[in-house]
Amino acid sequence: MGEPSLSAAFVAVIRRDLLLAMRRKSDVLTTLFFFVIVVSLFPLGIGPEMAMLRKIAPGILWVAALLATMLALPRLFAADYADGTLEQMALSAVPLGVLVTGKIVAHWLLSGLPLALLAPVLGLQFDLATDALGVLALALLIGTPVLSLIGAIGAALTLGVRGGGVLVSLLVLPLYVPVLIFGAGAVEADLSGLGATAHLSLLAAFLALAAFFGPWATTVALRIALE
Amino acid sequence: MLEASNLECVRGEKSLFRGLSFRLESATCLMVQGTNGSGKTSLLRMLCGLSQPAHGEIRWNGEPIGKLAEDYRGELLYCGHAGAVKDDLTALENARLSATLAGEPVDEQAARAALRQLGLKGREDLPARVLSAGQKRRVALTRLLLETRKLWVLDEPLTALDKAAVANLGGVIDAHLAGGGIAVLTSHQELPLSGRVDHLRLD
Repeated sequence: MGEPSLSAAFVAVIRRDLLLAMRRKSDVLTTLFFFVIVVSLFPLGIGPEMAMLRKIAPGILWVAALLATMLALPRLFAADYADGTLEQMALSAVPLGVLVTGKIVAHWLLSGLPLALLAPVLGLQFDLATDALGVLALALLIGTPVLSLIGAIGAALTLGVRGGGVLVSLLVLPLYVPVLIFGAGAVEADLSGLGATAHLSLLAAFLALAAFFGPWATTVALRIALE
Repeated sequence: MLEASNLECVRGEKSLFRGLSFRLESATCLMVQGTNGSGKTSLLRMLCGLSQPAHGEIRWNGEPIGKLAEDYRGELLYCGHAGAVKDDLTALENARLSATLAGEPVDEQAARAALRQLGLKGREDLPARVLSAGQKRRVALTRLLLETRKLWVLDEPLTALDKAAVANLGGVIDAHLAGGGIAVLTSHQELPLSGRVDHLRLD
């Protein structure tokens, strides 16, 4: 064969994962409904105390987003592992890292992106100001790819392990803490009038770091899982 | 040229085989035989580089396969027990996607022709979920027709195939060997091949 077509393979992985998700919508919708319901329970439980709601809103939206992205993580590689597709990816002339990055992008498009778009709507229940809602969406847009990138490492490490779903949470949630602190911090900073630029810049720095190391670490973990 | 020298495979505390050496030139088929659990699949996975031998080395054209990495994978086609066929995708989508993921995108025409050649005419647009085990195996085997690789490593390719499909596959492998290819395969069934076939028994 000649030179393998990297970009075609990268796009094909993303399109394939989106197509598979469309054929089995329940998996994607579970994540979104979970996010919507968990976030909506808090205003109902606490009652119409606006000051309190405004104070807790960033934290609650971010924690719910973390847990919702976690929900889809165990499935990230499990199906491909079970039906032999992952073996084929590992043996492809296209570097496994390229294909894995495609899968992570697809995971973000199916979990992180819809959450970031939904969050401002849900934020209305907490009486957040318009510009705070904008900062929230922006922080989630920068932060959720980090969640997908770090989550993929956990999903790869626990592949084929019994009870991997629980293990992946224990492994990955502590690593999500910095994203949670600066993500929720961005909205709080904006609410208190300090401006969110510093927090958002730090989030973007996390994203750059995770985008560099995440696919590499995931690839190494997958090769170990396949042995 | 594929060369294995002094391979040893250890599973748990048991050594499945040791001191295994062979050398495959172009246009040769190696038929690996042995009882269940004798290490056939382990050997094939080692040849692909999916697992490391406990001892020994595998070389492709004189270079260790670990060093060649993607260059070796570009010459290799592995068909394992699991067919890598997605139930939710159609036969055609499966065929095209597996070729693209392997790094050799094909157009729809070529994929349809390959599916027809393996006797899946009229089934191209059905989801793999509704296909029989033998038909799914045929979808997995379309990769043999769509990808241009020198070395084929096939683990039980005849499972669930009917007589006509076995003869058909025999013809495909013969054509590959005639074109200077190399094939390593395991099977418990007879597969009539006209090219040069070496036998290896693992017991």
